[in-house]
Amino acid sequence: MTKRFSVIGQSLPKIDAWAKVTGETKYADDLTLPRMAYGKLLRSPHPHARIVRIDTTRAVALPGVHAVITGHDLPRVKFGILPVSQDEEALCTDKVRMVGDPVAAVAAVDEETAERATELIEVEYVPLPALMSIEDALKHPEVRIHEYGDGPNVHKAVALQFGDVDAAFAESDLVREDVFFFEGNTHLPLEQHAAVAHWGPDGKLTLWSSTQTPHYVHRLLGKILDMPQAHIRVIAAPVGGGFGGKLDPFAHEIAACKLSQLTGRPVKIALTREEVFYVHRGRHPVLMWVKTGFRKDGAITGMHFRTWLDGGAYGSYGVASTFYTGALQTVTYKVPVYKFEGARIFTNKPPCGPKRGHGTPQPRFALECQLDKAAEQLGLDPADMRRRNLADPFTKTANHLTVTTIGLGECIDRVVEASGWPRKWNALPRGKGIGIACSSYLTGAGTAVYWNDMPHSGVVVRADRSGGVSILCGATDIGQGSDSVLAYLVAEVLGIEPKDIRVHAADTDLTPVDLGSYSSRVTLMAGNAAIQAAERLRGRIFEAVARKLEVDASRLVARDRRVFVADDEEQGVSFQDAVALGESLHGVLAFPGSYAPPKRAGKYKGGGVGPSPCYSYSACVVEVDVDEETGDVKPTEVWIAHDIGRALNPLLVEGQVEGSVYMGLGEVLMEEQVFRKGVHKIPSMLEYKSPTTLETPEIHTILVETDDPDGPFGAKEAGQGPLLPVIPAVANAVWSAVGVRVDEIPITPDKVLKGLELRRQGKTPRVGPERLPLFTFPAPRAVESAFGHPADDIAVRPFAS
Amino acid sequence: MQLRVALTVNGERRELITATHKTLLEVLREDLDLTGTKHGCELGECGTCTVLVDGEPTLSCLALPVECQGRRIETVEGMAENGRLHPLQQAFAELGAAQCGYCTPGILLTAKALLAETPVPTRDEIRHALAGNLCRCTGYTKILDAVELAALRMRGGTRP
Repeated sequence: MTKRFSVIGQSLPKIDAWAKVTGETKYADDLTLPRMAYGKLLRSPHPHARIVRIDTTRAVALPGVHAVITGHDLPRVKFGILPVSQDEEALCTDKVRMVGDPVAAVAAVDEETAERATELIEVEYVPLPALMSIEDALKHPEVRIHEYGDGPNVHKAVALQFGDVDAAFAESDLVREDVFFFEGNTHLPLEQHAAVAHWGPDGKLTLWSSTQTPHYVHRLLGKILDMPQAHIRVIAAPVGGGFGGKLDPFAHEIAACKLSQLTGRPVKIALTREEVFYVHRGRHPVLMWVKTGFRKDGAITGMHFRTWLDGGAYGSYGVASTFYTGALQTVTYKVPVYKFEGARIFTNKPPCGPKRGHGTPQPRFALECQLDKAAEQLGLDPADMRRRNLADPFTKTANHLTVTTIGLGECIDRVVEASGWPRKWNALPRGKGIGIACSSYLTGAGTAVYWNDMPHSGVVVRADRSGGVSILCGATDIGQGSDSVLAYLVAEVLGIEPKDIRVHAADTDLTPVDLGSYSSRVTLMAGNAAIQAAERLRGRIFEAVARKLEVDASRLVARDRRVFVADDEEQGVSFQDAVALGESLHGVLAFPGSYAPPKRAGKYKGGGVGPSPCYSYSACVVEVDVDEETGDVKPTEVWIAHDIGRALNPLLVEGQVEGSVYMGLGEVLMEEQVFRKGVHKIPSMLEYKSPTTLETPEIHTILVETDDPDGPFGAKEAGQGPLLPVIPAVANAVWSAVGVRVDEIPITPDKVLKGLELRRQGKTPRVGPERLPLFTFPAPRAVESAFGHPADDIAVRPFAS
Repeated sequence: MQLRVALTVNGERRELITATHKTLLEVLREDLDLTGTKHGCELGECGTCTVLVDGEPTLSCLALPVECQGRRIETVEGMAENGRLHPLQQAFAELGAAQCGYCTPGILLTAKALLAETPVPTRDEIRHALAGNLCRCTGYTKILDAVELAALRMRGGTRP
């Protein structure tokens, strides 16, 4: 039976588009409450120092100051987003580990007074040696940034082996070893983080914040403030851009809460742009060594991947990031045996965490560039070589990930055709180049940050005699359109229009828990929960309408704002009347839907990072002009095909793909977090280069549909995956244009010029890392490769019925 | 120090007493409750806080209210007329040109100024006009499409 959709597949405006184009949307910093005070944090000027004394006397005495707090005013508990990395203090008490670490907070009548007060706080520090790189941190074990971890300044070291890679290499026609480096970069959302806290006279706390994860903030506030979570309400305001930068609980949120308690006033703290650069949690700098074996026909025989992550000063999501640098290599291509070793090192820089693609763009860059080099050595067309290695659908990978639908073959075919690859590859004039790369990404993390048996996403759909329908869901719309997607799905099930629906999201008092807007999980997880809730509602309505029409409920359909008999359209009632009948028969109509992913985690330690209900796939071709005088790389056109499973709203999917391409171009060509003497060298939007309209070329987006069985109406993710292939596609295009391999991101003009100079001197025209840190990984945990095993027939999906 | 200023914002005359050091951005947001104007850096780098002063795109984070006395200030709240959206707003909503929406007010106003001067802009002219407004979500594609659509509609055309 062919499905007929009314709403799904239509390019509709987002339900919040009207508020956004009129300026009505209230972001966190747009909120004001009566008697509200304004807060500021005092931050460390040292990258690493012991705190000897903090004297707030002069600040407290400043007229207009309501309260001044230090870490001693907060419960002495450490926190962190991951249970295994509880290493942060909202306000540092003993030690600061980076420039920008908060040490005190002030609430005052206005922002200027609060700022002046922070300047009056005296902090006596004893500076400690600052470790500003992976090498430094490993070379100086006597300087400890933290007292925990897998070794001095080693936050996490992991080693996993799935089959015998050495045997595979021995039988290969070509074995390549390459080294790559991906410099860190940051999310740079246009909205700076802001939070408003109100500690009411009843002892209950409400926090409005620009956060992607109100649930985790809720959970951690209970711990940090040592109060029952039941007395805390967290509301995520509409988020003005997240990209992973608003996923951790932050010092300003906690300080605002405490200051509100002490002052008896609402307190707002809005970060400055400079503070956002330090708060960070962005892309990890990652050094990578990759050894891969190939047969003559290009088939991969085995792969050994090593990564060293510069984690910065705190754990954040870093353990997950470390595993992610090794998890998804096997999802794109057939990799029969696989070994991964990864280490995250603490340094005295702002902590890194998840940014769009979380831990996977770096290894994707390395892998796709190495494939390009191997293709050249083997005399193969890089597009053909990728096609030859495509993973098989509905199988398991070496590292026990279950892959369902794969549209990558079609993605490659479509970008190859659209870009004119066959006539351009190896045929463009010097200075012009074309490159290709592929990728895959999670549609939602298959395991939660906290392991438990509860839903990852919950939705309540309610309707009443007005004919109005509301959706309550804890998910946070960060601009990706998740509220709208929920409305489309429920409208489709109930046969009404999205505009008939109101979405109430991300309020821990009113909405069922959703884990948050990360790992590309919301469309799939909240979406499936919404469908389940809407179907339950529809079932009850159908029962009532069936009774009234004296027909069997199984004959009814809901469409065009009516409920009617499928083969006798005249016989039916309006949706509003149908709801009234339902309400008369059943009472209040409010139904829950719950979603938790299929239980598919590999049965080994670390097997929880990488599983997903399904994976999206992308293929990208980029054409560039390289100026050999200046070293400037200008992408001129981008073709990208993305396996979206099903485009619930093609317009929104295109928007996600285009935004991903843009962000990938920024990362590959200009964006980098650079530090000097512990201080961020470029904490402003002028000097931290990001692409403007002038640097962003025309992007041709092609959507490929594979109708995944785990996706809501078959849909997979679009928000992160399409970023991944862009970066290596540009690097490969630069090689194609001028014969220079820049194995280091970003590919800035100086690196291109250096490569050209090496070429002129007759040396290997490669620019990139030359050496690897001295580091011994733990003995690998040996697990049998699951490569090629069929996907389990029945993956247990809790709450499915 | 406080200062008395009279501003004409979205056609309404507003008199207020405010601190002398406050920027136009702060006065709009904090004194006049016009929070549609956003801030991204407060250093004149991102274009987010753009408003129109006598029709010219102006970074409100770098403008002082006193400079703007006697001049026409227009913010995003003034774009719709009598409940009817400006064609740019309509096109931005329809084409998904606003994702998180934070840069949208500044871009809408910059585009409005462009179309007032160049009713039939080329795609390149739109790119140049908007080059000072950063957007981190959209990759700009849908924004350029929306400005083109609005321009077309404003001269009476319809989408092909």
